[in-house]
Amino acid sequence: MEKIIELKGISKSFDGEKVLDNINLDIYDNEFLTLLGPSGCGKTTTLRMIGGFVQPDEGDVIFMGEKINNVPPHKRNVNTVFQKYALFPHLNVFENVAFPLRERKVPKAEINEKVNEMLQLVKLPQLATRRINELSGGQQQRVAIARALIGRPKVLLLDEPLGALDLKLRKDMQQELKKIQKATGITFIFVTHDQEEALTMSDTVVVMSEGRIQQIGSPTDVYNEPKNAFVADFIGESNILDGVFLEDRLVRFSGQTFKCVDTGFKGGDQVDVVVRPEDVDIVPAENGQLKGVVTSVTFMGVHYEVIVDIGGFKWMIQTTDFVNTGETIGLSIDPDAIHIMKKSEYSGLYGDYSSFSNELDQLDAPMEQKSEAEE
Amino acid sequence: MTIAKNSTPRRRRSWSDLVLAPYSFWAALFIVVPLAFVAYYAFTDNNFQFTTENITRFFTTTSERDGVTTYTYLLIFWRSLKLALISTIICLLLGYPTAYIMTRAGDRAQKVMLTLIMIPMWMNFLIRTYAWMTILQDKGILNGFLTSIGLDRIHIIGTESAVIIGMVYDYLPYMVLPIYSIMAKMDVKLLEAARDLGCGSWSVFKRVIFPLSLPGVTSGITMVLIPSISTFYISQKLGSGKFFLIGDAIEGQYVANNLHFAAAMAFILMVVLLICMELLKHFTAHLYGGDQ
Amino acid sequence: MKTASRILTAFIFIFLFAPIAILILFSFNEAKSLSVFSEFSFKWYRELFRDEATLTSVKNTLILASLSMVISTVMGTAASVGICRLRSKWYRRMMDTVTNIPMTNPDIITGISLMLMFVFAGRLLGTTTSLSFGTMLIAHITFCLPYVILQVLPKLQQMDQSLPEAAQDLGCTPLRAFFKVTVPEISPGIITGAIMAFTMSLDDFVISYFTAGNGFQTLPIRIYNMTKKTVTPKMYALATIIFFVILALLLISNFTGGDKKNAAPVKG
Repeated sequence: MEKIIELKGISKSFDGEKVLDNINLDIYDNEFLTLLGPSGCGKTTTLRMIGGFVQPDEGDVIFMGEKINNVPPHKRNVNTVFQKYALFPHLNVFENVAFPLRERKVPKAEINEKVNEMLQLVKLPQLATRRINELSGGQQQRVAIARALIGRPKVLLLDEPLGALDLKLRKDMQQELKKIQKATGITFIFVTHDQEEALTMSDTVVVMSEGRIQQIGSPTDVYNEPKNAFVADFIGESNILDGVFLEDRLVRFSGQTFKCVDTGFKGGDQVDVVVRPEDVDIVPAENGQLKGVVTSVTFMGVHYEVIVDIGGFKWMIQTTDFVNTGETIGLSIDPDAIHIMKKSEYSGLYGDYSSFSNELDQLDAPMEQKSEAEE
Repeated sequence: MTIAKNSTPRRRRSWSDLVLAPYSFWAALFIVVPLAFVAYYAFTDNNFQFTTENITRFFTTTSERDGVTTYTYLLIFWRSLKLALISTIICLLLGYPTAYIMTRAGDRAQKVMLTLIMIPMWMNFLIRTYAWMTILQDKGILNGFLTSIGLDRIHIIGTESAVIIGMVYDYLPYMVLPIYSIMAKMDVKLLEAARDLGCGSWSVFKRVIFPLSLPGVTSGITMVLIPSISTFYISQKLGSGKFFLIGDAIEGQYVANNLHFAAAMAFILMVVLLICMELLKHFTAHLYGGDQ
Repeated sequence: MKTASRILTAFIFIFLFAPIAILILFSFNEAKSLSVFSEFSFKWYRELFRDEATLTSVKNTLILASLSMVISTVMGTAASVGICRLRSKWYRRMMDTVTNIPMTNPDIITGISLMLMFVFAGRLLGTTTSLSFGTMLIAHITFCLPYVILQVLPKLQQMDQSLPEAAQDLGCTPLRAFFKVTVPEISPGIITGAIMAFTMSLDDFVISYFTAGNGFQTLPIRIYNMTKKTVTPKMYALATIIFFVILALLLISNFTGGDKKNAAPVKG
């Protein structure tokens, strides 16, 4: 595959505050790449840099082999779907989509043809003469995509485009976007703070935090082989424990020794051990490798989320078996469910469910979006 | 816009500075520098030598009338302040309820009333004032009306009351509009919340509407007080020239080409107004904070 | 409560409009009297249109107001764009403060201050008649500018900042993006600002009075000079015409849907 965009050693500060710190990233042709991270991690800034709205303090932005640091947005073969769509309120749907073509003085007949074709693609052919403020959020979204695609850019940038939609519509649009990307063969760079969205849609996920790239990989890679505690925690749920690597395929944590599948650490190395909640089996107390007391059980629809206190560390376990609060249970963990990571600056910050609460998580979500918008 | 094409961050900033530059220059030259000239003239004599004489003249000049000695300019200043304050209070007493009534009216009625309030405001104040002169004259329309219904004529032109009527008439819309606009923007949900929390109508007004409308009141007071304290036409016409106000004094010195003394008075007026506005800001901030 | 508010409303509007109604009525009076209406006539209108000085002053006022409007609208809109993009808080606050000065300062001080500077500059240049049409135009632009900024800046700030970015993204240069997207978005503010600048300039007496040269008389200054002596109902005819012009302008600005709530001027 052909490299289409390269970010080389990019750093950027706003008012003395570092928002991007030595970013190196290759983006390939025809790829669906997602920049994933919490608010303030620098993902939107990275996107705006590719769009031409922000210039790097250090490093180079390279587009098809050419350095484009100082090329202004209107000269880049890259288009953006903005967070709140940024549709022009004084123009109707047709004129919004036709905007880039009119700017290029494309002949009228061709404009008509192309706009109608594009409106077909986003399934809005009947709304051409509507005003923007008469459209629903989902329709505005489609117009924004049509407008950004009509100029046939090499790359489409999408800045949390689904953030304003409700859950059902969001799921539909995820599928739709994926389809459009396949149909057009345009490289999509997608920004989101929603890990589930990132995993479902992307070919490549770039996990960012505090202006640095934490991990680049396929969705299965970043889920199954998180590079550090931050990634493990941010992508899905994780129990992250302090451990000691004893020898190849043998690790000790929570006062017990476990078989695992990892190799390549030195004996006696301090490591982070990740166990996904769905990879833990509940067994009778006497049969368990670990033993603990259930402190809370939450029904989640498909499964239960069980918090178990094991020697003061609270584990999260997702299970379809029902257990009672206060019950003592045993846990059994298969060797391939244990992931071992090098210690990092994020060690010890994540992966303990002592203060876990579902409600808190939900309260956080809208605030996160808000601060992201201000970024 | 060739500059923006090679848009490094620094250059892009200078693009926006460039469009601001003409105004920055204009504002510095024609807003800030002239004010410095007021101070400069106020503290110099005709040969542009430093002096405080203009200022002391304002505070010490006396005149004798009917055997009573008074400080001429201090008296004028005091009178200006008094009439302006009375007018402002009357405007507030009339304007606040009017603004409140307007916000309670239907959408159409609100629009009509708003336009009606604004029409006189856009008419030249010389004409407005002059209209009152013809009404209030001894042989004017008011007295014509009074005699036609069998009442005695009243002598009002040339009194302080006439000047106050003129000021209230000229500046009332400036009180109504800011109060109205802030009340109209008030979120109805706040009032509903207050009712929901157990406030009666009066209580809603006292504890929610009034405190929230205070910024409007402050700007209303500013917008009435400042022009009425500095006017020089209303007093000449409706006061029949008997009531010299500070504006008249400044204008008089200007006409007499006594620019340094005119500047001194303008300087003093400016300082006093600045203090007044600071006090007003303090006072309302206190009220606003105190009621919460 | 209902009755009380009706009475107050009625009183306020009678108070506001009675003098204007009387002016209009007596402008059609045959006799010169200000208290007795004798007979309907257009006599004073005919006299008004024979009054060369007044007609010239109307022409002068319109020229002055148009120029002030155009210059202050262009400069004020550009300034708003600049202020809106200012990153420095200090610069921002300074611009706000300075812009507020002509609006909060009494007209007489604005007028005196400009006059003093013009006279001083004139002395340096060795002329005695330093006040002219030019100085008056400068003064009018100066007090119109804040009103334009007051109208345009909020519109710019309310506008979704990604709109011009989207236009650039889709192939516009920054300048084209401004005219194709930003200007249509903020046009209500620009139009209201322009109308306000025009009416402010049309209406101003005090500042004009201090900065006008001898040769150039605007309508308000003409009215001032007319009211110095005893007045003929010719003035009423003039006032009536002004009233209907203002009414028309106000209706137009109502239709353009500018932010009237911010439109309350400070002038007297």
